[in-house]
Amino acid sequence: MVDFGGWDMPVQYPAGTIEEHLRTRTHAGLFDVSHMGEIDVKGPDAIAFVNRLTSNDVTKLVDGQAQYSALTTPQGTVIDDLLVYRLAAEHLLLVVNASTTEKDWEWIKSHHAGESVELNNVSADYCQIALQGPDAQSILQKLTGVRLSEIKYYHFTHGSVDGVAGIVSRTGYTGEDGFEVYAPADRAEQLWNKILEAGQSGTPTGVLPCGLAARNTLRLEAGMALYGNDIDDSTTLLEANLGWICKLDKGDFTGREALARQKEQGVKRKLVGFEVTDRGIARDHQEVVVNGERVGHVTSGSPAPFLKKNIGLAYVPVEYASVGQEIQIDVRGRLVGAQVVKVPFYKRQK
Amino acid sequence: MANVPEDLHYSKDHEWVRVDGDQAIIGITDYAQNSLGDVVYVELPKASEEFAANEPFGSVESVKAVSEVFTPIAGTVVKINEALADEPESVNSDPYGEGWMIRLKMSNPGEVDSLLTAAEYEDFTKAESE
Repeated sequence: MVDFGGWDMPVQYPAGTIEEHLRTRTHAGLFDVSHMGEIDVKGPDAIAFVNRLTSNDVTKLVDGQAQYSALTTPQGTVIDDLLVYRLAAEHLLLVVNASTTEKDWEWIKSHHAGESVELNNVSADYCQIALQGPDAQSILQKLTGVRLSEIKYYHFTHGSVDGVAGIVSRTGYTGEDGFEVYAPADRAEQLWNKILEAGQSGTPTGVLPCGLAARNTLRLEAGMALYGNDIDDSTTLLEANLGWICKLDKGDFTGREALARQKEQGVKRKLVGFEVTDRGIARDHQEVVVNGERVGHVTSGSPAPFLKKNIGLAYVPVEYASVGQEIQIDVRGRLVGAQVVKVPFYKRQK
Repeated sequence: MANVPEDLHYSKDHEWVRVDGDQAIIGITDYAQNSLGDVVYVELPKASEEFAANEPFGSVESVKAVSEVFTPIAGTVVKINEALADEPESVNSDPYGEGWMIRLKMSNPGEVDSLLTAAEYEDFTKAESE
């Protein structure tokens, strides 16, 4: 167990990280992500208020739809990445990272400028269980009357799972199809056990409970950013390749001006994916070397259990950011060859 | 319960030492491989490299972490387990056999007497996991 944003969380369950990772890609993995924070925004100005603080366009959402977005600083850097759920025209739920929940909550409250909204940090009210993988739908369907096949990617519905009322969302952080179930916190154990049972946990092709380490390797293979590693308040959305959640034309929002300026001038550095071509594993914080010069650093580096490669994300100057660029990683004093590759590293077959 | 063979010597850094004449074979214990998780990479020194007692001679990597491995005794490397390059998982499946790491010519064979016995190591790991 490790401390993760104040939560005691398992790094891995007895099957081990590699098996957990592979099972999620081939069948199903179950993740207790109740540590994630939830902030409830309710009132006539809910959409306008959140639209002003985040980079994606909240007005584009319909009821039952979710959106990946970011809370931005005036400099266009990232306070947090989050999901914005539209529960109703005047009711949004923001799902934020555990370690940043308090910071986000303070930021959101302190930037409330007279809009007609009621803000509540409801993090403690919710548990969140993520069932991910190609078998996720058939497993969860055994426990719910909600017609899961009708929920589109990044959409959700209110419904019951094993008799527990909550939100069933077709979202995730693994690169697989899957669902995230939000329910009252005191039902976490019930849902966890029932889903394991429905997914024939314990059999060779059944669902496996997965820890933080597998969650990290799965999201890295899928090329998804991790707050605190790949993005933070020193990296802008454009540097992090998150231009697609920067809707500069939607009207004013915090950081819009800085991001528009950076877009016009072009970024100086970029987050790229790389594959280690020599023997060795790149790790977080190691330096990137090109032509003997230290030009950047690794933000996430790890073995990729499904791809069976050693991969990572790193910030490098744009002149070294093209696919095919040869780079080196300083692995504890040894320079190890690597090559810039396309992100995501892994894309599931649809 | 971790496997702790009777005939080996142990260090508090969770390495084992098997004495073979004036040479010694070194690896990590069952307890160590179990706490590391799936080993995906092992970095070993070159033959003829010399190490003082308690110096790191290489590293073992799991998906999540890198751990240094130390030689509990001084010596010169005469052989490394090259098979670990392609089969690092031997460290998990057979830590005292196929998972061995280096063979040293001991600088001071008496040094092994200062290491833990199997019984002492077992007590040590029990105390550590409490």
